This record gives sequence, structure tokens and C-alpha cells, in this order.
Amino acid sequence: MSAALSAAEITRALTRISHEILEKNNGSSNITLLGIPTRGAHLATRIAKIINEIESCDVPVGTLDITLHRDDLRTRPPKALMPTLIPSAGVDGRDVILIDDVLFSGRTIRAALDALGEIGRPKSVQLAILVDRGHRELPIRADFVGKNIPTSRTQSVAVNLSEIDGQDEVLISDGEAN
Amino acid sequence: MRHLLSISDLSKDEAILILDTAIEMARASDGPMKKLPTLRGRTIVNLFAEDSTRTRISFEAAAKRLSADVINFGAKGSSLSKGESLKDTALTLQAMGADAVIIRHSASGAPVRLADSAWMTGSVINAGDGTHEHPSQALLDAFTIRKHCTKGGGDLAGLRIGIVGDVLHSRVARSNVLLLSLLGAHVTLIAPPTLLPFGVESWPVDISYDFDSVLPTLDAVMMLRVQQERMSDLFFPNAREYSRYFGLNRDRMLTMKSNSIVMHPGPMNRGLEITADVADSARSVIVEQVSNGVSVRMAILYLLLAGAPTEIGGNV
Amino acid sequence: MNNSYLLKGGQLPNGEKSDLAIDNGKIAAIGESLDVQTLEVIDISGCVILPGLVDLHTHLREPGREDSETVLSGSRAAVKGGFTAISAMANTSPVADTAGVVEQVFRLGQEAGLCDVFPIGAVTQGLEGEKLSEMGAMANSIAKVRVFSDDGHCVSDPLVMRRALEYVKQFGGVIAQHAQEPRLTVGSQMNEGIVSARLGLKGWPAIAEESIIARDVLLAEHVSSRLHICHVTTAGGVEIIRWAKARGINVTAEVTPHHLLLTDDLATSYDPIFKVNPPLRTEKDVMALREALAEGIIDIVATDHAPHPAETKECEWQEASFGMLGLETALSIITQTMVHTGLMNWEQVADRLSIAPARIGGYSDHGREIAVGGSAHLTVINPTATWRVDRDLVASRSRNTPFHGMELPGVVEHTFFKGVKR
Repeated sequence: MSAALSAAEITRALTRISHEILEKNNGSSNITLLGIPTRGAHLATRIAKIINEIESCDVPVGTLDITLHRDDLRTRPPKALMPTLIPSAGVDGRDVILIDDVLFSGRTIRAALDALGEIGRPKSVQLAILVDRGHRELPIRADFVGKNIPTSRTQSVAVNLSEIDGQDEVLISDGEAN
Repeated sequence: MRHLLSISDLSKDEAILILDTAIEMARASDGPMKKLPTLRGRTIVNLFAEDSTRTRISFEAAAKRLSADVINFGAKGSSLSKGESLKDTALTLQAMGADAVIIRHSASGAPVRLADSAWMTGSVINAGDGTHEHPSQALLDAFTIRKHCTKGGGDLAGLRIGIVGDVLHSRVARSNVLLLSLLGAHVTLIAPPTLLPFGVESWPVDISYDFDSVLPTLDAVMMLRVQQERMSDLFFPNAREYSRYFGLNRDRMLTMKSNSIVMHPGPMNRGLEITADVADSARSVIVEQVSNGVSVRMAILYLLLAGAPTEIGGNV
Repeated sequence: MNNSYLLKGGQLPNGEKSDLAIDNGKIAAIGESLDVQTLEVIDISGCVILPGLVDLHTHLREPGREDSETVLSGSRAAVKGGFTAISAMANTSPVADTAGVVEQVFRLGQEAGLCDVFPIGAVTQGLEGEKLSEMGAMANSIAKVRVFSDDGHCVSDPLVMRRALEYVKQFGGVIAQHAQEPRLTVGSQMNEGIVSARLGLKGWPAIAEESIIARDVLLAEHVSSRLHICHVTTAGGVEIIRWAKARGINVTAEVTPHHLLLTDDLATSYDPIFKVNPPLRTEKDVMALREALAEGIIDIVATDHAPHPAETKECEWQEASFGMLGLETALSIITQTMVHTGLMNWEQVADRLSIAPARIGGYSDHGREIAVGGSAHLTVINPTATWRVDRDLVASRSRNTPFHGMELPGVVEHTFFKGVKR
């Protein structure tokens, strides 16, 4: 097991992503952040906090649980559902930034796009990711990436966040992909 | 879990998982995501060998919101009413490729027979069998109680819940006794001795014949339907006497704790076990029980059907 | 030397090792190391020789439901289970409430020729519990009926029961009562207890049986008649019979093999293979019944062999028929529950399954002590061998055995009826 990102590197990456989001969207006025539980939701909260500090604003932030939209439900035992909390302004006409911890096959993001489509019609949908580990199975790419970490399929990537795991770090280990 | 036949098949954690999942299902249904693709391509059969419009519609709505294909197979006009055996019905459903059968039946144990037989391989969900159990009703009742009487999560420890009336013939009562006590609630059965099952002393409940003394201590009171024909079977002298001692009327309701709720699984006999003013009062959550029913049944269908098929008899 | 056998190396019910020779329908010789010329020599080392078993309670379904069982198929099942005499219950269609029907059943038994089939006559016409059937005519028919029973139904009217008990005295008959108070068992499905309450199946209280037993022993005492209680299932029933016997009342009682082994918690599966009338009771009742049988308070074992077609068992519990097969498994169940537990020896087995039932039924050629010159109705059992019950291999026309898949001790090796191996 080796550390791919330290706590400080994670903080720097999130700060950079926050700036990139603001730059690309000409400020914070039309953006809505949606984190994908569990860890994507915590990352969304952090990014929202950074953006709010930079822009002195209150950017809408919510969560989008995509479990019920997954296409691989039949391959594993049913998972407990996490909350989907859409900000009161909704998503119609907004620039929605989906936020997740790791981008791998792209299937989670496909499910998230499906779920989002049920909720409304955003002006645009962008994707922010802390770690992009490659091996895409669908034509999906991230707009904002914390770090590209080339991995083999058999390796596993663990993103630990202080909110739930006690400390911030990204670890790579050999063995079963999770 | 492969089937939902009895509350006794559930662990406390599994029961809480169902309730927690139902919260998210309710959130999805209340919000913009009315329709979820989760069970797309699955075939669910509503096998209602006994009439029950409300339970059938509730399960049907739940299945459809999860995008399952629903086939309704009712008693009237179907082969069931022509004396087809449970076995032949099951073989037919198997041949049609049913992934799950939601069964309502007048015979206690019919869902167990369906699940344990080699007649079909799909999941079996008990939607009420004879005087045995009605697990989805108990889960929606627990969901409703948890929402009103707790901070919203976890179990029901410390709550006092009364179940009043014809416990003997009530599948709702049997499932609720099991589930509410599993979740840590203190259950009191309130009924004339004729309407309590033999050996009820061995159940994890208190027994009372005195509604008035227990009612003020309760957080939730669940009124059971009393069927008119019970009178002719000598269970109580007449409706007037039953209502006098075991009916919930306005005067009794006024003795209840401030935040306590009144429940009824429906259909109600207004004027017999519950008066109209109580049923329609602010304490009554009877209509909400119905809407919670859809969310709870979505949770049940999701947890039973969405995941990987488990080994026969295996529990996940 | 027609049909002569020498059984070598067996053991008599009293435990004595002995050979036994059969010739011309009779027991020809008994003794150690017999050296007689017979057609066939059979090594029965390790086996016990019992007088041929007698069942006082068998449902053969002929006439009327020959798809479930016939006199012939029931006779085959009987012989396979070691029985040389069985008693055909009256609840056929038409009901055995006339001399014509009992003679028909008797003749069918003779034609089958595998064992004796003694018809039981109905107490009341059509088993309806209202008018006495022609018990005199049945008693005087070629079937010589002595046991009368409405089994399946209780003779619940106390006046009808009193008159029946009185009436059968003239020909030494006995009323075999199916003790079930009907008003306490309307729609009942299984023993009323903790299990029935949990399963939501309508309860069948023990007192529904006990109250009738209590009433009937008092009636039997009052009119000085002979009463037999079918299939006792409860500890309370045993106590009433104990009391009645101590008082000198002329009452006998039977217990079925299944009530000596199975309990009501088997209903948890909702599999109607365990649905039976009277119902399976609790562990406490089972233990009381075993003790009562060993003690002789309960006089005999009777099978209540009740064949039913598959469709009446492959269904919901409350839709299913009551009853289970018994003939082919009875002796094995008794071996397991009574002999291997040390409650009874083989002499007691011979008494409870042959001698006493033959005496109650008046079957004078059966149930005799094994002695030279006696009719060679004999059952040879290997008590240590085991077998697995397979419903697909039963001799009965029906397959409703609750013991399917069970490994049971006691293999019936041979059954001799009238000196012929069947």
C-alpha cells in the first residue's frame, strides 16, 4: 500500500479545482454542486466552502445518490441507500457540477447523469473528480481532476477523508479492485 | 433475504435497513424522481387470492415506481376462482418467468408453502396470509411510528405502543407484535380475553383488559378492525358493548399523551372500533400510513429484488 | 411339506433364543437348534419373532375412494409393516353402516388374502350421529363385526352415545369413540397452543378430546358397557383413562405411532403432510403417551393409517385433508420411541401391537402367545437394522407419510399370515 496523495495535496487539489470551476463558469452565480455519496458528498461540501470563501457567496450544494440507477445492481448484494438532497433552486437551467472521489469505469457517472435527467434539465453538467485512475468503460471524462493516477485494474484506490475516515489520504494497494 | 414471509425472518438490523431505505424511497417519491429504473426488466406478480384493493394498489404503485413490470392476478374472474390449486398457479407463474410473487391469501401459511415448495423459484412476499402475518403492514406501521415518535432513525426503544381489538384474528397484530418488540418498543395488547390468542402470555407483550388505564401511557395506539361476524361467534355480546370498552372515541382520545398518535391498518369500521371524529382528528395518521406504505414496499422490493440473486435459502 | 419354513437363530418376545418351524399354517415346533425338514430355511439371526401385528384402526378407502387405497393395496401395506390383521374403518363411501357394506369389505379382504381384514361398523347411519346403524345385522353378518366406530366423527350426542354403548352389549361389541367435541373444534386446524397462535391456524384444544373421554367413561360405567377410545393424544386424556381404569370402568385406549413421535411445531412448515385428526400435540403430551403405553394405561398402538391423494396434501394447510399413512412405519416408530428408549421390551410390544388389539377386537385367531399348534401369524423384525422411509416406495396407493426421508430402526424382515410368507 502506498500513499498517492497526502492530506496537504488533497487540500491543494480541491482548492485548485474550486478555482477552475469558478473560472470555467465565469463565477459562482449559476453553479450547483452535487456530491455523489458517500465521499463525493463530503468533497462537494469542502469545495462549496472554498468557493464561498473565494466569492463570498452561498453556492447551492446537494447530494445525489445513484444506487437506484446503477446498471450493476444484480452483481452485488443490495446496498443501503444514501440521501439525495437537491437544493431548493433545483437543477433546471443550472450549471451542475457532479463531484465524486474516484473516476474509474465511468458507470457511476452514467448512473448520475440518468438520475439527473429524472430530476430536471440543467444548462450543463460538469464533472469534478479527486482521483482519475483510468480504465474507462464508457465515453465519459472529467472536467476537473485532482490527480491522474495510472493504475492497473487489479489495484485498488482508497480515498480516505477526515469526515469519515479520520484523516485525509489517498492510498493505492495491490489486490482486488473495489 | 430472498423472501419476506414473516417478521420473524428479519434481524433487527435488517428491519432498520428496510425502514432507512424507505426514508430514501419516500424522499425520491416526494421529490422530482417519481420513477426509478431500479427494477427495469423484472416481472412482479400481484397474486391476490383474497380481495384487498389497498394493499394490492400499494404494492403495484411501489413496483411501478421502480420500473418493474407488474402483472395483477386477482381472485375474481381468474383461474383462482375456478378452483385452480396453489400449486398449479405457482407453476404457471414460474413458466411466465415471475421474478417475484406478492401474495395475499386467506389461508395462513400460503406464502410459506409457495416459498418452500419446488413449484417456483422467485421471491415470495407475504401481503397478508389468513390470520398469520402481514409483514409489510407492520413495517409501514413501524415506519410511521418512528417518523412521529422518535428523532427519525434507529429503533423504537422506550416507546409504548398499544394494539387494541381483535388480536386473535389479526395478521397485522401478529406482525406488529414481532416487529415492534424486535425494535425495542413496549407493546401492550388491549382486548377482551375472547379476542386474544391462546398462550398469549408467552408473547413479548403486556396484556390489558382496561383500555382506559393504558391509553394515557401510550405513544401510539393501533386500532384493529373488528369484523361484524365476530359477534355471532360469541366473541363479544354486541357492537355497543364492544365500543363502550374497547372503542376509541373522542372522550378517550382526550386522555392521550400530547404527541401520541392514532393508527388503523384499514379498512375502518367507523363507529365500532373507532369513531369518525377520532379517525379524522389531528392525532390520526391513518391516511399517512397509506402513503408510507408505498415507500416501505418500494424498500422491500428494492432490497429483495435489486441485488444479486442469493443462493437458495441463503441470507444476505 | 407345503409352505413349511424353519426360522433359525431368532429370538422370542420374552428374549429366549429359539428356532421356530412353521408347517401347514401352524407353528409346528419351537426350540433351540431345531432339526426339522422344511421347504425353506430362513436365517433370522438377530431378529425378534412377534405374533403377527393387529391394527384396530385402518382406513382402506374402499368402497368409494379406490384412488387413495383399496383393500388389496392396504393389505399389501399392512403385510409390509408386519400386520396380519387390520380393521377397516367405517367411513367409506357408502358408509359401512349396513351388513351389505361390511360383508363386501370382508370379502375383498378374503380375496386379497394377504392378511385378515375385519370391518368396523358405523355407530350411526351415515356417520351423522343421529340414528343408530344396524349394528345387530353387522354383528351377525359373515364379517362378524364387533367394533363399531364413527371415526372421523365423534358420537357427540350423549344420548346417542349412551344408547350405542348399551345396544352393543347384546353381542359383546365395543364402541370405539373418536373423542372430539365438535363445538370446540369448529374449523380447527392444529393443536391449540403457542404454535397455533403464532401460525394463525385455528386451534384444536386438548379439552375438546378430554371432555368427551371424561363423559364417555362415565357413560360406560353407568350402563356397564365396553368403551374404546381411539387415538388418545393428550396428557390430560391419559389421566382421565387412568382414573377410569382405577375405578374399574371397562375402557381401553389406543395411541398412534405418529402421536408418539411427532409434535405440533412441525406445523411451522405449513406442510399439510403433518395435518392429522386428532392433531399432533406437544412434547409434554408425547412423553405422557409413551409412559401411558408402557404402563398399560393406554392398551394398544393403532395406526389410524389414513391414505390421501397427493392433491389433497399439495395445497394450503387449511385446504388439506387430515391424515397420514401408518401401516408401513408403525413398528419402526414403536422400536424407536418405545424399545430403543428402554420404555418397553419386546413382550410388551407383542402385547400392545398384537395380543391386546386382537382381544379388544375379538379377533380370536390373532394375537396369541407364540406356541406350538397356534396359527402361524408371525412378524419377524430386525430391531438393529435401519431403513430410510421413501414415500415413492410405499405399498400404499397414497404417499402421504410424514416420515419421508427419516432413518428409522426396525426392519420388518418377514410377515407370515396363516403360515405363508407374504
